[in-house]
Amino acid sequence: MALRYEEAIARYEPSLGLEVHVELATVSKMFCGCNTVFGAAANTQTCPVCLGLPGALPVANAKAIEYTIAIGLALNCSVAPFSRFARKNYFYPDMPKNFQTSQYDEPICTNGYLDITIDTDEGSKDFRIEIERVHMEEDTGKSLHMGGATGRIHGADYSLLDYNRAGIPLVEIVTKVIDGTGRHAPEVARAYVSELRDILRALGVSDVKMEQGSLRCDANVSLRPIGSEKLGTRSETKNVNSLKSVERAIRGEIIRHAELLNSNQRVIQETRHFHEDTGLTTSGRSKEQAEDYRYFPEPDLVPIAPSKEMIEKIAATLPEKPSVRRKKLQEAWQAPDKEMAAMINADVLDLVEATVKLGADPTRARSWWLGEIARIANERSVAASDLAISAADVAEIVALIVKGELTDKLARQVVEALINGEGRVGQIIQSRGIKVVSDDSSLMAAIERAIAAAPDVAEKVRGGNIPASGALIGAVMKESKGQADAAKVRDLLLKHLGQG
Amino acid sequence: MTYMSSISRDDVANLAKLARIDLSEDELAGLVKELSVILDAVARVQEVAGSDVPPTSHPLPLVNVFRQDQVRPSLTPEEALSGAPAQEGKRFKVPQILGEE
Ligand SMILES: [Zn+2]
Repeated sequence: MALRYEEAIARYEPSLGLEVHVELATVSKMFCGCNTVFGAAANTQTCPVCLGLPGALPVANAKAIEYTIAIGLALNCSVAPFSRFARKNYFYPDMPKNFQTSQYDEPICTNGYLDITIDTDEGSKDFRIEIERVHMEEDTGKSLHMGGATGRIHGADYSLLDYNRAGIPLVEIVTKVIDGTGRHAPEVARAYVSELRDILRALGVSDVKMEQGSLRCDANVSLRPIGSEKLGTRSETKNVNSLKSVERAIRGEIIRHAELLNSNQRVIQETRHFHEDTGLTTSGRSKEQAEDYRYFPEPDLVPIAPSKEMIEKIAATLPEKPSVRRKKLQEAWQAPDKEMAAMINADVLDLVEATVKLGADPTRARSWWLGEIARIANERSVAASDLAISAADVAEIVALIVKGELTDKLARQVVEALINGEGRVGQIIQSRGIKVVSDDSSLMAAIERAIAAAPDVAEKVRGGNIPASGALIGAVMKESKGQADAAKVRDLLLKHLGQG
Repeated sequence: MTYMSSISRDDVANLAKLARIDLSEDELAGLVKELSVILDAVARVQEVAGSDVPPTSHPLPLVNVFRQDQVRPSLTPEEALSGAPAQEGKRFKVPQILGEE
């Protein structure tokens, strides 16, 4: 019998630590000129430097350094006047050099924070997430594990390595221990990653595509009995690849830890793998045994010493903070807090903004993105932004509704057809024969027929019983198979019966 | 200050395991001795440097050597793989490992 989350949280206080890795959107790699395009054929983007061939000399990418400083500044960090790269030695073949160039005790940026807000049933709650460090490193190659039962590490017979990704600039953003979030821990983690992603996107330093791995989150979770000071043993869940998964993985780990602690078992400090399908984690390699990184300063790369001018220049280019931008949008759109939270949660804020920019009224724009489109996205377990419907489509649909050429009901059909790839708005309306019946004479004829079929009802309406008109309107709508504009039918009908 | 520079048999055995080098007991014992000599020599150098001498990581007093973010031609996969002991599907083929994607 699995423990319920509420039971776990009633006994234990969770502490989190989040490590986010973000691939920078430079065109070339961190220490060499190899291309960084995603999805190229295996081993077409390598050179002596990123393959670690003898005698190759790495040189740091200026843009990557600038981007890292920009990230640090956006996260309210101090930028170190002097920092060095370090070799992180290890013996996995995902780095052909036998080490990963990283930073150890001298990260570029330290001691920042990021404020986030979550929406709870007791109203919105603010949290400040303290940032420990922002440092530079390089991404590793990709391993394909062949043979064995699962294709995962265990039971694999051999591995195949593609080094296209090896050496792509990677920034690691590490939080301090996040405490005091109680039962909100999973949502806080999600909100943090989401906010961080928005900031990185606004900075233009990464394409922040979680599904392609350009933004990855490792989540450390530990529990301690409520009232106890000492942090419990943590587990580290690796490479959680969507916002939803961040929340699920942490929730799952809290329950798993609580079950162990409740039955007097020990939580093992280890790496865990998150499985999207079950929402559970399984044990990965054990840390205590397998790691001995022997960090030392990288002798081939000279230290980074950003001047005050360089830092000021980068600071001057920082874009508006996403939180400030959201406040402005909320005011301009007159959107209630709940709806703002819903748009952020569904990740449709940019889409709504684009729809409004194309002329749609803000209320209609957000009701489409949060309503019908979100519903379909949810049904298909994809993000709204991944559906085949654009801000321009929605703006066009809204314009047609305003002009009276589409009813809400017909517009929903168009939205669904768009998402199903049936063509553009105009084509769909034509090929599906979607048309608002607005021709007054044919509507009037239908109204006459409805009255003739129910003269007693018509009499009631004539006598001032307006609600009774519903039955007649319904009959007309039924006859038009829902294509008539109900408001128009009501107008014509009431006028005809002397009530208009 | 004195510097202890002993490396134990277990340290060497663990490093050998991580590096996937299969060592016999005799080889282990030999390496413990040899590595200890090297570590002792390094420790003597450390004794010479006072606390006022910062550790050197780079022989030249240079900072901020960067390259512009420009793509340059890479090797072909054939060139990249030319030194690989084994390959499959234009990828480097390696023995079963403990690792991740
Ligand atoms: Zn390269």
